[in-house]
Amino acid sequence: MTVSVSAPPPPEVRRGEGNPWLRFGARRLARLLVSLLVLVTASFAMIHLIPGDPVRGALGPTAPAELVAARRQALGLDDPLLTQYARYLQGLLTGDLGTSLSSQLPVSDVVAQRLPATLQLAVLAFLAAVLVAIPLGVAMGVLTRRGHGRRTELAFTTGSIVVATVPDFLIGVGLVSVFGVGLGWLPGAGNDTAAAYVLPVIALAVGPAAILARIVRVEMVRVLEADFVRTARAKRLPARTIHLGHALPNAVTAALTLGGLLLGAMVAGTVLVENVFAWPGLGSTIVQSILTKDYPVVQAIVLVYGLGVLLVNTAVDIAIALLDPRSTIRED
Amino acid sequence: MPHRWSRVARSPLGLVATALLVAVAALAALGPVLWGDAAEAVDTGNILAGPSAAHWAGTDNLGRDILARVLVASRLSVVLALLAVAIAVVVGLLLGTAPFLLGRRAGRLVSAAVNTAVAFPGLLLALFFAVVFGVGETGAVLAIGLAGAPAFARLVHTLVSGVAARDFVAAARVAGVGRARILVRHVLPNIAEPLVVNATIGAGSALLSFAGLSFLGLGVQSPSFDWGRLLYDGAAALYLNPAAALAPGAAVLLAGLAFNLVGESVAKGLGIEGLGVAAAGRWVVPGGAAAPATAPDPAPAEVGEPADDVVLGVRDLAVSFPGPSGPVRPVRGVSFDVRRGEAVGIVGESGCGKSLTALAVTRLVDDDARVEATRLHLLGTDLRAAQTTADRRMLGTALAVVFQDPMTSLNPAHRIGAQLAEVATHHQGMTRGRAAARAVDRLDAVRIPDPGERARQYPHEFSGGMRQRAMIGMGLMGTPALIVADEPTTALDVTVQRQVLDLLSDVRASDAVALLLISHDVAVVGEVCDRVLVMYAGRIVEDLPAAELAGARHPYTRALVDAVPDMDTDLDEPLATIPGRPVDPADVPAGCAYAARCPLADARCRGEDPPLRADPHAPGRRVACWHAGEPLPPSRVVRADLVQSP
Repeated sequence: MTVSVSAPPPPEVRRGEGNPWLRFGARRLARLLVSLLVLVTASFAMIHLIPGDPVRGALGPTAPAELVAARRQALGLDDPLLTQYARYLQGLLTGDLGTSLSSQLPVSDVVAQRLPATLQLAVLAFLAAVLVAIPLGVAMGVLTRRGHGRRTELAFTTGSIVVATVPDFLIGVGLVSVFGVGLGWLPGAGNDTAAAYVLPVIALAVGPAAILARIVRVEMVRVLEADFVRTARAKRLPARTIHLGHALPNAVTAALTLGGLLLGAMVAGTVLVENVFAWPGLGSTIVQSILTKDYPVVQAIVLVYGLGVLLVNTAVDIAIALLDPRSTIRED
Repeated sequence: MPHRWSRVARSPLGLVATALLVAVAALAALGPVLWGDAAEAVDTGNILAGPSAAHWAGTDNLGRDILARVLVASRLSVVLALLAVAIAVVVGLLLGTAPFLLGRRAGRLVSAAVNTAVAFPGLLLALFFAVVFGVGETGAVLAIGLAGAPAFARLVHTLVSGVAARDFVAAARVAGVGRARILVRHVLPNIAEPLVVNATIGAGSALLSFAGLSFLGLGVQSPSFDWGRLLYDGAAALYLNPAAALAPGAAVLLAGLAFNLVGESVAKGLGIEGLGVAAAGRWVVPGGAAAPATAPDPAPAEVGEPADDVVLGVRDLAVSFPGPSGPVRPVRGVSFDVRRGEAVGIVGESGCGKSLTALAVTRLVDDDARVEATRLHLLGTDLRAAQTTADRRMLGTALAVVFQDPMTSLNPAHRIGAQLAEVATHHQGMTRGRAAARAVDRLDAVRIPDPGERARQYPHEFSGGMRQRAMIGMGLMGTPALIVADEPTTALDVTVQRQVLDLLSDVRASDAVALLLISHDVAVVGEVCDRVLVMYAGRIVEDLPAAELAGARHPYTRALVDAVPDMDTDLDEPLATIPGRPVDPADVPAGCAYAARCPLADARCRGEDPPLRADPHAPGRRVACWHAGEPLPPSRVVRADLVQSP
């Protein structure tokens, strides 16, 4: 998982071998497309993997057979599988995600209406986590390098494990009962006011922030041992420049790799947090749709979440490549 | 293996976690037996009540006691989590060992699929499978188990690949043992430990995930209840009775933590195994005013007051590290001067303290070391004092340092030009543009071809020799009066070594820059330097002009010089070596540290450490030996009892 600075250096790039950035871009694009295909196929296959007749399951055992047949017809479930798959792909390309079984609205409208709230929550929480975790991790790394501050290290390590273990929805429930119900300082539901954002964002950000801060600390401690940090000290640069300018960029690569996974997890984490705070986003919708067996909506939202995760991963790969150019050349 | 696991119980965190886990297990076993009836007792006259003496956590919408329900729910919660993690481990094992069993092509496909699945968060996978398998207990167990499988598959794959690369597996293969048999007999037992640790942590995660699914209403369904279901019900009544949600929440959390922490502490306990714990004890922060850690040096250096043209003046330099049994002093009382334009070499075997001396005089020792000296002056500035901004500017421009390994001494994340230029922007007040131009000019000065283009490249695009020249160029950004080079050519090819040494000589000749060259190679030092300091066991044992190395008077220097092969060396004879081993800094013997390896040593040498004194027979030289210059025994027969196998 980590991109080790002390690893043997990659072979030298010979000129005239093609632009490494182009090769990198092509490779990542190919990877994205393959993952995308897997995702789309999985979301298509979902409804077919359900044991028994999903329409019968959705409508219940008492529904008349004609209604079931009509609904199957509407969903195109009686066509050959390949035809259905082709139609599904075609629909995706034209932005047609099908029709909701419960509301009869186009699924694309449902997604478009619910997506912004989820995006806001995820992005704000990610920013909050990063803004807390990186300074905290850097400070802890500097304080606990080479066996300094053993007590600080123990307290921080233990504290961060414990905090990271608490699932976001439990933090959410705790926050609502203390600040929403108990003290009445902040709203515990909805997204109508700016104040309503505070608790959900905290609930979503705390765990990832703890994990990220841990990784940044470990990486900082490791990087501060590196020879090039000694070189920076030999240049008599100010401590701030050594820590932030020389050590941090090398520590942040591994942190970013993990940060990408965390952001991906946060996209999914919104599902639980939205349900705690009655947040009108995709998370509340997908749970309702699963319970009411509104499969087209579930398929579409799974697709949107998956797409979000893939885009985040790709963005992180690009960011790592920009920060640490060796990684663009390393793998083939 | 059991004793390694039991070690976990000794760490405070592991102890707490283990106790917690035992409590959770006991509760899961006994909870439904003890509180089963109380949990189902309906009291319609007392619904959704807050905490009271009779109901510590209040009651639910049927007036049932919430605390009793939380205690009873522990069994179902733990059992479901264990089932889910069992599915994850089994499926993970199948997928993770598939590449090993199926061979390259099919294996690649499986691991590509696993890698694609791992990229998606577990919760998303769990939701996907929850849709497929339906809402309810069974569906949720399958969903969480399968959602956890890719991560386990990847772990197993990594572990199996690691073991499969080892010799005993290769040997078994050569012997014709089948893959499945190798897997079962040789590979799986070797990966069992990390797998069990991760399964323990995984059980904690499964517990928490299960609570999440039940909390969403997708897991356990009424009338059954696990902690997540109780949370779901409690959250609905949060404004009436927060305890109804907080009690199951706390239970989930404690149980999840118990699994996670036991797993983490076992992992930590096993990880430490064999690595050796870093020396415990308090670390001493260097301080200029700190008193010497041990008695004053037995041999105060006999060097007079430094003359005016001294660039670097060092008196009684000692470096110590905290060790398990008192401080270790790898450098013990080193005194010397480096004059303007002079090239001074320090030679000695590995571990004699030469590199540490170089780091100490440049104030670059790691800060757990303690540096003491009665004098440590560079260009008239006392390096022992705390560094002011002006001091830093002086050091940054007047002192250049070149390190041993050019592969790791440049920052991989910055362009070469920027790494040079920042010296000028920080210390010489140059604008970025001017500093960048200066960097290109300096790269040109150290004979980097096409310096304009090269300045925009990263270190990994440079060869080793070019990196070392770039390091020297970095030192030339200012106007250095002293270059300290610590084994600058050791990591380089022989042909490139020559270029770097020539470059150092040229830089020195053109600007009257002094050089302090650290090397284990007497030949290199003899060639490049004016004067040679020979170090042994943390002290200087001889100080002589490089031209007079052939006439060295200390037995150790003579042995070093004799060990250098020359054109007359008979290649059929084994190369000359110095018998015995260098002294361990943690265990320096009384008397002369070299006595055990010295053919001239007598009782006095073993009892009394010879001071470094001006050599009466050779003006301008210093030597620390009771028998300096005495003829060596005619045949240098190695005494068998002194030779220790390394």
